[in-house]
Amino acid sequence: MKQNNRIKFFLLSGILLFSIILGITKGSVDLSLRELLLEQNRHILLLRLLRVALAIIAGSGLAACGITLQAILRNPLAEPYLLGTSSGAGLGAVAAIIFGALNIYLPLAAFAGASLTVVLVYLLARQDNKIEIQSLILAGVVVSVALSGIIVFLVSFYDNKALHGILWWLWGSLQVYDIKLLGTISILVIGGIIFIYTLSQDLNALSLGEEEAIHLGVDAETIKKYLFLVTSLITAGIVCICGIIGFVGLIIPHATRYLVGPNHRVLIPAACVAASAFMILCDLISRTLTPPFEIPIGVITACIGAPLFIALLKAKEKIK
Amino acid sequence: MKDDNLISTENLTGGYGKSAVIRDVSFDIKKGDFLGIIGPNGSGKSTLLKLMSRVLTPQSGRVTLDKTDIRHMGLKGLSQKIAFVPQETLINFSFSVEEIVLMGRIPHLKRLQHETKNDHAIVQRSLQETDTVNLKDKYINELSAGERQRAIIARALAQEPAILFLDEPTSHLDIGHQIQMLNLLKKLNRERSLTVLIVLHDLNLASEYCDRLILLEKGRIFKVGAPHEVLTYQNIEKVYKTIVVVNENPISKKPYVLLVSGERKTE
Repeated sequence: MKQNNRIKFFLLSGILLFSIILGITKGSVDLSLRELLLEQNRHILLLRLLRVALAIIAGSGLAACGITLQAILRNPLAEPYLLGTSSGAGLGAVAAIIFGALNIYLPLAAFAGASLTVVLVYLLARQDNKIEIQSLILAGVVVSVALSGIIVFLVSFYDNKALHGILWWLWGSLQVYDIKLLGTISILVIGGIIFIYTLSQDLNALSLGEEEAIHLGVDAETIKKYLFLVTSLITAGIVCICGIIGFVGLIIPHATRYLVGPNHRVLIPAACVAASAFMILCDLISRTLTPPFEIPIGVITACIGAPLFIALLKAKEKIK
Repeated sequence: MKDDNLISTENLTGGYGKSAVIRDVSFDIKKGDFLGIIGPNGSGKSTLLKLMSRVLTPQSGRVTLDKTDIRHMGLKGLSQKIAFVPQETLINFSFSVEEIVLMGRIPHLKRLQHETKNDHAIVQRSLQETDTVNLKDKYINELSAGERQRAIIARALAQEPAILFLDEPTSHLDIGHQIQMLNLLKKLNRERSLTVLIVLHDLNLASEYCDRLILLEKGRIFKVGAPHEVLTYQNIEKVYKTIVVVNENPISKKPYVLLVSGERKTE
């Protein structure tokens, strides 16, 4: 790692640490670190720690998936939900509610919906056992639009209170309602990120182009398949536990690339740290802006992400 | 007799999907060769290189490197022997030139293994040989076409290959940069006995620099031989359907192809 990248990495870690402290001390009631350790505040500390943990898991996962898809699709607009995971998860959840399933079955249905959708997109895009990038993006967009249509149809057809709730849920919340589920998804996401990180050199090669990668000894077709599978699993896992949180998987990879460069060996860990801090802060805003109501975190990430993205584009133009 | 063929194609046939672009092509490249592939648009020049570097899988026939079928070599093993310079490299990400050249070491590294001092030394030497040391901190997507092509050659050299494949590497360069690049290849070919297989559009450049030429017509070999054997006006008129005059370059004594305007030969 280059010297100044190391400094930037420490800086990002500092910001993350600061965010974590803010995340556990601020809330509907502000508590200092010392107060949090008191016996009567244990449960508050636990709740807030869980939220912070989820923010780190979801943020890192989305950022790592965004980076991976941007590299293998060689498309700067690629983001984790590109392949239809979000609408698939939504449809899964809506179907589950219509059939009367609740609690743990809801995230399971969302996970199943997301995974099945990716499989569908993949099969649609496949030709002669090869995956053309353009057809994959197109298939993802088409399937997303179709599924979103079905969701809206179902929500308006079944006049069900819980269904309207689901739309709110889809906009994302870091509220942890099942520790076991959080644990399972954490293992999935962390495992996935480690897998992606071990392929960072392959990602470097792939971001030059598929043929270029082959000439550097990287089996592009196989690596691509593995990475599609892993990013889909990570995204599906994150969607089923905290809904659809947009912009994180798009903006954080771009911002971090701007900061530390495109080398994936540095980019992936740096983006995970940056995304974690970003998510903790967005979550903090979502639950403290209008207490006692929580604004869906997806709304916050979009409101902060969009202007940040524009600022980044302008800054890039200036450099050129 | 000692058989010193480095890479051979045997009845190679293949293309995209089910259609065959290259048909029944057989030839040998010896160590230290500087071999050019020429032919009209669509004659299968690039496809031939893709078949020989495992980007495409042959429909029949095979390619052998040191007597081993390249399909049995593994991509990593193959990329330690063959490096590839494409026509033009468009890179969207702002990698520095040094990072790009370092990627030439990927074939020699295990996953997650960091580059050693030796790797950095090889990169440094590749940068020096291609005259790109002063570009090493610049971003690849901000270089001119000539500079970028030199950086890509530096990366190919960092792979420490036995053979260098180049697919029309000069087609986006002006004549000064074309000569500069081919001089560099010639130097590497002489000094390091690097074997070169190069697709060239420009017949005169091919004549000037290549020891042997392969003339392709519709996916088949029309003629193989030294430039003066291949670049005759009969061969060129037949394959390119264009009337030309072939002279001798007064300095290099190599054949020189002159175009004649107006008249186009019809079959």
